[in-house]
Amino acid sequence: MTLAERLRDAVMAAVVGALLALPLLGFETVDTGGPLGIRTRFDWIAYAAGIVFVGRLVLLGFLDWYRSRQGRPEPLQSSAPARRDVLTRLGSKADKYLMPALIAFAIIMPMLPFANRTVVDLGTVVLIYVMLGWGLNIVVGLAGLLDLGYVAFYAVGAYSYALLSLHFGFGFWESLPLAGLFAATFGMILGFPVLRLRGDYLAIVTLGFGEIIRIVLLNWTEVTRGSNGISGIQRPSFFGFPFSADPPDGTTAFHQLFGLEYASIHRIIFLYYVILVLALITNFFTMRIRKLPVGRAWEALREDEIACKALGINPTNTKLTAFAIGAMFGGFAGAFFATRQGFISPESFSFIESAVILAIVVLGGMGSQAGIVLAAAFLTLLPEVAREFSLFRMLTFGAAMVLIMIWRPQGLLAHREPTIRLAERPQTGGAA
Amino acid sequence: MSDRGSVTPLLRVEHLTMRFGGLVAVNDVSFDAMPHEITAIIGPNGAGKTTVFNCLAGFYRPTVGRLLLTNAAGEFQLERMYGNEIAGKARVARTFQNIRLFPKMTVLENLIVAQHNKLMRASGYTFLGLFGWKGYRKAEAEAVDLARYWLEQTNLTEVADEQAGSLPYGGQRRLEIARAMCTEPALLCLDEPAAGLNPRESADLNRLPRFIRDKHDCGVLLIEHDMSVVMQISDHIIVLDYGRKIADGTPEEIRNDPAVIRAYLGEPDADEAGAA
Repeated sequence: MTLAERLRDAVMAAVVGALLALPLLGFETVDTGGPLGIRTRFDWIAYAAGIVFVGRLVLLGFLDWYRSRQGRPEPLQSSAPARRDVLTRLGSKADKYLMPALIAFAIIMPMLPFANRTVVDLGTVVLIYVMLGWGLNIVVGLAGLLDLGYVAFYAVGAYSYALLSLHFGFGFWESLPLAGLFAATFGMILGFPVLRLRGDYLAIVTLGFGEIIRIVLLNWTEVTRGSNGISGIQRPSFFGFPFSADPPDGTTAFHQLFGLEYASIHRIIFLYYVILVLALITNFFTMRIRKLPVGRAWEALREDEIACKALGINPTNTKLTAFAIGAMFGGFAGAFFATRQGFISPESFSFIESAVILAIVVLGGMGSQAGIVLAAAFLTLLPEVAREFSLFRMLTFGAAMVLIMIWRPQGLLAHREPTIRLAERPQTGGAA
Repeated sequence: MSDRGSVTPLLRVEHLTMRFGGLVAVNDVSFDAMPHEITAIIGPNGAGKTTVFNCLAGFYRPTVGRLLLTNAAGEFQLERMYGNEIAGKARVARTFQNIRLFPKMTVLENLIVAQHNKLMRASGYTFLGLFGWKGYRKAEAEAVDLARYWLEQTNLTEVADEQAGSLPYGGQRRLEIARAMCTEPALLCLDEPAAGLNPRESADLNRLPRFIRDKHDCGVLLIEHDMSVVMQISDHIIVLDYGRKIADGTPEEIRNDPAVIRAYLGEPDADEAGAA
């Protein structure tokens, strides 16, 4: 690149920088005693544009110098796809090494010295999203049905448990299968009208379905108590032994059972392990069902629906099972969410939740179980870490997404492990 | 040609008509396809060959007509069935003019997916399979054996664990036929299997329909553009032109049929006259 080209490039970058800086830096709200006033600080924009200009010039100079050293004159873009980076290699080994390592870490995490109440709580939130990501992965990653309303099933699960506990006094463990069942039923109800739709059209209808569920929850006040939400949901017990300092008469509390001093963190740790087990069940189930005919049919359906029909696969049943099973895990996660919070309201089930769950699946690499763990950890921990810059939270979130889409458009750990290998099958046809 | 009077035809097409709005793609076509025979449908571009196939496979519902398929399990009226039932129950398998594999799945997985219905029953509709039921593992091993057999016949054993989409074009064509055969069909419909292949690959591929006809209890229905291929391997040929059947007979009869020569082969030149 000649100097003139570099200068032109840097000027363009400075103009873009100035445009972006106008709303971000150019105005400041000030307290004028009564109403808020706006003060302009256009000098900041000039500084920003200047910094961008110089920075861009230095960057271009550095890149030119770097390329001349490497002896590779091609532009930056063309070299990007050919790069076989750490993540690609990690992706192909993810199922073998990364997953067991992650699971082992998850199991011992609450016993580590740094694990205080906040850390375990945060771990629980991450695991909820991991479970939701794994559940949605069945629908989006395996069956290829783009679902933008997954949070609806999460809501159905949460409200199922809340209402069962409120009206019939059901405990968490009795309600869990019912919550999954209700969510799966709703999955089928959504599935029927969208059987013929694909891609964008399917996405729009599922988006609408998610909103319908939320709005019904908001307005059907006689049943759901509307925007007031449902509070006082039964907290989980240790299989019948409650976590409380002074248990009601005739019951033994958890700390008495084990002869421990009462500590409120017991319940937090217990909740953490409950969601860990639920998430692992989801993972195990997915890994297993991928190797069964229905799982292979899901993937085949994602690849080519017409070819599936020509092979005698019933697309209706196949799609409905994907919706129902994906929804079921969303329902389990919802019931867990309700018992953990003790309070739910329609606000928790807005579209942004669906978007985050879908982002987890897409960022993780469609179909990659380990990738979803990393993406879920990234997307839930980033807002926590960036809490001090909470004003810039959405900005960093967006920037991170853009960067990942530039460098890893296929997702963090995109890798598809074949469900069966001829090489591992001896001629006799025995078990692998 | 075998004695067509005494044997029940595998497929009997009666007065098949398919209209798209004002366009009549197929107009009152009737023919029989016999078991253990290769029946070819030929005709110029737009003659309605693929439309006949799509009616057979349940992708279109015929405007008029009857499609009667007789296999070991009984008689099926294809025009009244859904696409997936035609493949699953009437055992009609097909390949596509523009290859339709599952490109991100491996070659072997493509062949296992083709045995879906059988394996689905064996896995107790997933419930027993989830718990690693023995019967399912046995059924899966058998499915792998069937896949292995067709991999060998189509020369794809070496690439069994590769992604189907990464195969060269000829390999993808052969894989599609192998996948169709893994459904254990009574009638195999091949839609231009030699399209886009070079002469060597296409000669290679011609072996396959004959092998299937001779060694398996399966009739073959073939659409083909390449006259040399059709004349070599078919037992019976149906010629379509503008949606109508203009001739029906053995390759020898078709070669000498003046209507066919006019419509399809063009005006006879010295070569054709010599061959006749």
